[in-house]
Amino acid sequence: MTRELWKGNEAIAEASVRAGLEAYFGYPITPQTEVLEYLSRRMPELGRTFVQAESELGAINMVYGAACTGVRVMSSSSSPGVSLMMEGISYIAGTEIPAVLINVMRGGPGLGNIAPSQGDYNQAVRGGGHGDYQPIVLAPASVQEAIDLTVLSFDLAERYRSICMVILDGSVGQMMEPAQMPEMQPVQRKDWEWATNAKMGKRERRVLTSIYLDPIQEEKLNLRLIQRWKQIQANEVRYKEYFLDDAEFVIVGFGTAGRVALSAVRTARQRGIKVGLLRPITVSPFPHEVIDQLAGRVEAFLVTEMNSGQMLEDVRLAVKGRVPVEFYGRMGGVVPFTEEILHEIERITTSKLSLDENPRDAWFERMMSSR
Amino acid sequence: MQKEIIIAGFGGQGVLFGGQVVAYAAMDTGKEVTWIPSYGPEMRGGTANCTVVIADDEIGSPLVKNPPLAIALNLPSFDKYEEVLAPGGTLVVNKSMVDRDAKRDDIHVIFVPCNEIAEEIGDKRLMNMVAVGALLSALPEISLKDVEKALEGHLPARHKHLLPKNYEALKRGFEAAGEPVAAG
Repeated sequence: MTRELWKGNEAIAEASVRAGLEAYFGYPITPQTEVLEYLSRRMPELGRTFVQAESELGAINMVYGAACTGVRVMSSSSSPGVSLMMEGISYIAGTEIPAVLINVMRGGPGLGNIAPSQGDYNQAVRGGGHGDYQPIVLAPASVQEAIDLTVLSFDLAERYRSICMVILDGSVGQMMEPAQMPEMQPVQRKDWEWATNAKMGKRERRVLTSIYLDPIQEEKLNLRLIQRWKQIQANEVRYKEYFLDDAEFVIVGFGTAGRVALSAVRTARQRGIKVGLLRPITVSPFPHEVIDQLAGRVEAFLVTEMNSGQMLEDVRLAVKGRVPVEFYGRMGGVVPFTEEILHEIERITTSKLSLDENPRDAWFERMMSSR
Repeated sequence: MQKEIIIAGFGGQGVLFGGQVVAYAAMDTGKEVTWIPSYGPEMRGGTANCTVVIADDEIGSPLVKNPPLAIALNLPSFDKYEEVLAPGGTLVVNKSMVDRDAKRDDIHVIFVPCNEIAEEIGDKRLMNMVAVGALLSALPEISLKDVEKALEGHLPARHKHLLPKNYEALKRGFEAAGEPVAAG
């Protein structure tokens, strides 16, 4: 198959169509709008459903309704819009139905700006909405990965009756790269054993709900969600390794922060520094196991993010204090340059690192003293 | 091999498309490439830019602090990118829109009167193609022919009649780069 030059947002839109997306509901917001714009043309062309809702609240509740019928359904937004969707996402989780949500993240908090950010990591991987649930969260770093993970997100959502979020910072959404689209899958109306799809009279009546007034019944749901989550953790962890075989130092970064780190790692390698990169692709479930193993044989970790150290805490949980974990982050929509990460690599490989120091506090002090 | 290029100018000067043409040519010749625009409010008339990275292997950072190659289509872009260009790098400057000479002597600055050349060809909008042609003189990884093929292969059918003039603009830019003109 031939490669075409695709813009991240449009690639995600076309990938969702090819994955058999039957209904899309959304609301425009930069830097995500091209997903909605593309689908506003493409979905009607194929006789599928496209609705620009009156708001993000409207959109996510339309997703909720459509998902109950068992069709492939998706919404997309950017940070402030995703915040507005959190109530609906919690209801979808509580109802145990599959749905896909794309978050093209921008600088925040609040209205923030439209520049690339990874500030929604915690919101995404911890669930964001109320109640006990954990969504599957995928973090592409390139346009090809955005395509592949969008397709995968529908399969994972259905396999585990779960919300599956794809989070990418605005630069992946706005960037163009050569990429291959998958073959067009036909729209399949699978007759899920849970779907409320208007077959009354032909089978027993089904009820989908997120309300369990009896706490014992609610707790049964909570346990069921954890059981499913354990399967997700066992089967669906994905990450990419670079130069880890003989690495003495390991950078952990996802999405664009991971890409920038790759450039820095390559330059450091040319200078003889044994540094490698682990780029989580599923940030939920998080690749704890591989970090746990690395912690047994490397000297230190450096976590790089476009936020104030959110994934950092997951890395620290896996490292369990055995070796130092250092942090470097840029915030507010600032994308770090390769030179900044390279400088950090040089710092951690040449200075004495402390096991006791809080890496976030130390990073904050360095940030403040450098301005 | 990895080369980074920044193309900058006013919104409406064809900055983003100029970068895309280079990106298409890179892709069609089997290379890895990233194209990333500045996508803020500057799209509405301020200074716009895009960064194109061309490489043999998987590309890391799609942005670059000190590019070895840049095109500055206006004076603000000349001011900004002359400062950050990597030593030994090449900066193509649209002479039609700047009124000063280069300040640095550790970079190659190629002044090309892009507007005048485009107007001679008969369409002032071809100014970005003239600049891209000039850039190719410093980018041996991509030939004039590669860019011509990319334009032919990726330009929408309704624009195909514009191809000959685009080819001419690229060629004139490439040739003009061979005979540097002083600014002012």
